[in-house]
Amino acid sequence: MASPSQTVEAVWRIESARLIAGLARTTGDVGLAEDLAQDALVAALEQWPSSGVPGNPGAWLTTVARRRYIDGVRRQVGFEQRVAGIGRELAEAESPMDEIEFDAHVEDDVLRLIFTACHPALSRDARVALTLKLVGGLSTEQIARAFLVSTPTMAARVTRAKKALADARVPFEVPVGAELAARLASVLEVVYLIFNEGYAASSGESWIRAELCEEAMRLGRMLAALAPGEPEVHGLVALMETQASRIPARTGRDGELITLLDQDRGRWNRLLITHGLAALARAVELSGSEFSGPYVIQAALAACHARAPVAADTDWIRISTLYGVLGQLTPSPVVELNRAVAVSMADGPAAGLAIVAGLADEPALRGYHLLSSVRGDLLERLGKREEARAEFERAAAMTGNARERAHLLARAAACS
Amino acid sequence: MRVMVLVKATEDSERGNYADHADEFEAMGKYNEELLKAGIMLAGEGLTPSVEGKRLEFGADGGSRVIDGPFAETKELVGGFWIWQVSSMAEAVEWLKRAPFKATTVELRRISELADFEGQLPQEVLDAERRQREQSAK
Repeated sequence: MASPSQTVEAVWRIESARLIAGLARTTGDVGLAEDLAQDALVAALEQWPSSGVPGNPGAWLTTVARRRYIDGVRRQVGFEQRVAGIGRELAEAESPMDEIEFDAHVEDDVLRLIFTACHPALSRDARVALTLKLVGGLSTEQIARAFLVSTPTMAARVTRAKKALADARVPFEVPVGAELAARLASVLEVVYLIFNEGYAASSGESWIRAELCEEAMRLGRMLAALAPGEPEVHGLVALMETQASRIPARTGRDGELITLLDQDRGRWNRLLITHGLAALARAVELSGSEFSGPYVIQAALAACHARAPVAADTDWIRISTLYGVLGQLTPSPVVELNRAVAVSMADGPAAGLAIVAGLADEPALRGYHLLSSVRGDLLERLGKREEARAEFERAAAMTGNARERAHLLARAAACS
Repeated sequence: MRVMVLVKATEDSERGNYADHADEFEAMGKYNEELLKAGIMLAGEGLTPSVEGKRLEFGADGGSRVIDGPFAETKELVGGFWIWQVSSMAEAVEWLKRAPFKATTVELRRISELADFEGQLPQEVLDAERRQREQSAK
């Protein structure tokens, strides 16, 4: 049996986004909505252990939160009326409750909540924290643990974010027209940041960081269900699920990272791959191509690996093409470096080296160990062992990761 | 974590009689939509009547015998399943409470991860398990 507090936490996770979203629509203030919802949560934690969990816990929480709001409005109205000295007639004439409208379009409200929490008026950190808190239903303490900061620090971040939203007078709505694309990009960025925060964590770190990947995938699937016509949303879901399918294979017995091509593909999670490939198919169906946007392209890249039963079956020609398109859409020397690797796998190391040569003076890659490491690898494959050794040693000197340095020095030693 | 939700067959589902259950189908459709909008549903399928099913009975020597459906014990038959991604079993329980079922028992089971076996089975067995998964992936 789950303890009453576990049950309350579970109900909160299921209901909180809709609860807060509905209240935000009523009050027009996301910060106030969250405070009211928290009041209802506290009431549930006090009452449910003795009274039992109500039959419809979502409705119970909503009723309690709305009552708090109405009480607050009444007090406010009463205060203002006393100040103005016109209280009696008005109080008879209209009840503040007449002004409060609750409607059934909860899903639209949740989508509004997501767009508000990811508003560009907020810093990235604030958007991430607010999204996990308001949409994900995570506690401040859980978010703090996931991001390796103290609970008071995270609480302050959430409070500042809510204040920033109020100060910027961000309306509670889903943007339309030209604004939608930019705002959607901000939402997708936040979800992918959450995913990567979990994905970048190596094994042995707090479990909650791995949970961030699951949370991000859940948020992505929510978005896909709420905004089913957006190819990039499905692309992001496909990208996250296909990448997450590899988590069980990414670390070896001693916690060392195993690179994609060396992973035991039997450990990949087939269900996530199936789901991810279906999401990619939906994105392509909507947009007409695998080249339609950065997330769809990255999902298509991940899918090339997911579809190959063994590393040798990888379609490197397709991957080279996809990196080429991605580089045109979002130019980046890192994407170009990845393209060089793919081209070297498709057309041989000399072709890859030609692309890498064009990146030598790229300021963004100065001091980037992977540039030297890739160059070393390509030179080694061309039989230029002496030059390869120098590149591996240069790469080893640039990396901050001890495990990686050992690996690079071993490769250098193998070249002499 | 992932859980599997096992739904039992009914006499009508075994007969393939869906016409009398239009309301239930509609309610289930709405429920599935809720699961999708919450982002927790990874899979969800219903099974056809056991008359289309087969059973393989394995003897002590490992030999097998095929038994054709239908199977008699309706109450023990699985009629459908979901796979959900949730944060806890308590969350799965709360979700299942919201499902439009009547007069039946629905079972929730956590799906095992390889980590559940590590340390309990010899490494060769785990490696073999991995190879099998790899084969089934091809």
